[in-house]
Amino acid sequence: MTATARGRSPNPIRRGWSRISELAAAHHSVSIIVGMAIVGALLPILARVPPFNQFQPFNAWLDGFSNAGTFVLLAVGLNIVVGLAGLLDLGYAAFFAFGAYAYAFGASPFSGNDFPFLPMLLVGAVVAATFGVLLGAPTLRLRGDYLAIVTLGFGEIVPIVFLNAEPYTNGTNGIGGVYKPALPWSPPFDVVQFTLLNPWPFYVLVLLIVTFTLIFSYRLQDSRLGRAWMAIREDELAAAANGINTVTTKLLAFALGASTAGLAGVFNASKLTVVSPDQFYFQVSFTVLTMIVLGGQGNIWGVALGAFVISTLQQTFLKTLNQFFQAINFPALHLGPVTVDLQHVNFTEYQFLLFGIALVLMMLLRPEGLFPSGRRRRELHTADEGPEPSPTGLDASGELA
Amino acid sequence: MTTPTAAASPRVAGPIRLGRNARIAVASVVFLAVFYAFIGPQQFANALTLGAIYALIALGYTMVYGIIELINFAHGDVFMTGSFVSMTLLTRIILPVTGLTAPIRDIVPLLLVLLLVFALTMPIMGLIGVTIERFAYRPLRNAPRVAPLITAIGVSFILQNLALIIFGPASVNTPQLIAPELSVNIADATVPYINIFIFVLAIFLMVALNQFVGRTRLGRAMRSTAQDREAAQLMGVDLNLTIAITFFIGSALAGAAGVVWGLYLGSVKWDLGFNGGLKAFTAAVLGGIGNTTGATLGGFVIGFIEVGAASKGFSRWSEAIVFAALIIVLVFRPAGILGQQLGERA
Repeated sequence: MTATARGRSPNPIRRGWSRISELAAAHHSVSIIVGMAIVGALLPILARVPPFNQFQPFNAWLDGFSNAGTFVLLAVGLNIVVGLAGLLDLGYAAFFAFGAYAYAFGASPFSGNDFPFLPMLLVGAVVAATFGVLLGAPTLRLRGDYLAIVTLGFGEIVPIVFLNAEPYTNGTNGIGGVYKPALPWSPPFDVVQFTLLNPWPFYVLVLLIVTFTLIFSYRLQDSRLGRAWMAIREDELAAAANGINTVTTKLLAFALGASTAGLAGVFNASKLTVVSPDQFYFQVSFTVLTMIVLGGQGNIWGVALGAFVISTLQQTFLKTLNQFFQAINFPALHLGPVTVDLQHVNFTEYQFLLFGIALVLMMLLRPEGLFPSGRRRRELHTADEGPEPSPTGLDASGELA
Repeated sequence: MTTPTAAASPRVAGPIRLGRNARIAVASVVFLAVFYAFIGPQQFANALTLGAIYALIALGYTMVYGIIELINFAHGDVFMTGSFVSMTLLTRIILPVTGLTAPIRDIVPLLLVLLLVFALTMPIMGLIGVTIERFAYRPLRNAPRVAPLITAIGVSFILQNLALIIFGPASVNTPQLIAPELSVNIADATVPYINIFIFVLAIFLMVALNQFVGRTRLGRAMRSTAQDREAAQLMGVDLNLTIAITFFIGSALAGAAGVVWGLYLGSVKWDLGFNGGLKAFTAAVLGGIGNTTGATLGGFVIGFIEVGAASKGFSRWSEAIVFAALIIVLVFRPAGILGQQLGERA
């Protein structure tokens, strides 16, 4: 590892920039609000300019950004569990499901209830957090990889339960007609009304929720609790020896991470207006895991960006990829018994192949992710500094022709 | 990897070990009797067959975990790949070349074809397993434990989606070599020959594995690596070779399970490995991970739980029940039925 020396640049622009970043570091919450406002204003503009407006119409972009917002929420929440506390949770979608079903029970013709959206947001978060505690309390004593399997099993059980508990969840079809959020006053403009065809209110709503979650997450990370999480992640034994109650601390990571998934669930349910078990299978958990691994575990902006980019790629790029292959008239390949015809491949079906390759390559080449947190990077590279167990044959014999 | 033949710890002397084995035997007999009474002879035979398949997969999990403490997430998908490889071999090469058609009724060609399928599929899957280890796990051997787990998930995705791309999203039919209607009556149950074949084969492979691990030089290298990697290296064990062989054997067994799955159920699907793998992993944990006898035992227990749930009208819940069993076992007895309590490793 080579250390790059970073000296202060005498350049006035650099100095101005460094002053801004110092200010931003000192006022995290304000800088998050400013940053999200800039992002929120830029995205609709970007969607209108080439080359982006060639991909899909503006409303589809905005709708896609709202869906990406759901994944940003999930990634920021999972980052608390995996990135900060270092607990590998492979069943995170279960908490997403609890949030979504909580909202569906609270505001749909199926249940007959019609509670307003904002209190239900809180309810969804609390329900998910409660289940986080219920799962975590007995299992957090387990070693890391056992915990991963238990959470995976839990993530499998939850959709099965929602699927089979038909009197309460309407089984496979799920709960339809979930109410959209309603404004408490009658709005003067149509553009602020939550309707199926109007993407703006959901876009603004998710921006607000994401901003809140980012602030919440940053405040947590810089708190005593956040430092305790990182201590546990780096060395649980040492953390316990220094007076951290590891069980409570890990439980809080589970609960707070789950609560963010609950928020995402409520938002997503209100946006899609339907909640069904197939929205919460393990693919969702693994997608979110891929997002935070690629984004950079432990770095909140990194995982948020990773989630946004991957989810946008999933929704827009992969959908248009086989149109691209059709446009260039890519030939079908006959490989022995196998025929690969990229023109008629539905690439969104194979996104997990790309995820898989990305996960392997990231772990081998850059385990800290694209936008790592400095602390996490140092931790993941400690192995490089240790002595190599045995040199490979290639190294020993030098060059092979 | 602690096998009962070789748990050579000084404080566990002969008589105590015998007592332990006797306890296991008594518990198994009671368990089997209860299940027999509960689900009846027909389902009992099915459960034994399914359990044998899970046990074969579970052996791979338990061996790999025993030696490098990695939950080889891709192992279930190696099993799935094995089922597709055997299906392809049968339909594209073996049957066309020999000119035979699917249910082979003559015993000699049937056995030859079966032998050929296993003899080809198992080494192919073994090599695939070694390749996965070489490129996805070996570079991360000294990394934090989460790192190889994440690559394992990645490899699992890759295998699943390659199968999805190549063979499509629908179930693919496999030739059923042993005619499913050929059966023998044992104690009120009609047991197809295929079930008996699978059970005998699984037991044969498990005994062979046990002998290999317990009696051979390589097996000893595997056991010593599992106990203390550095000390084993100092004693002249080739670490990379030993781990590669572990992966080879584990993956070959998963391949055998894949062949058996195709022969037994008549169809294979790209997402077979996820649930199959998770259940087999549950079996490995249930029996005590790192313990080959435990994996076998756990496989049969899972087979019984699943078939039992299905026969009592809870087939939609069977997966939930299996995973709930996993969680309960991990919470109350993380070392499994036969496992030894390992200290917390920081």
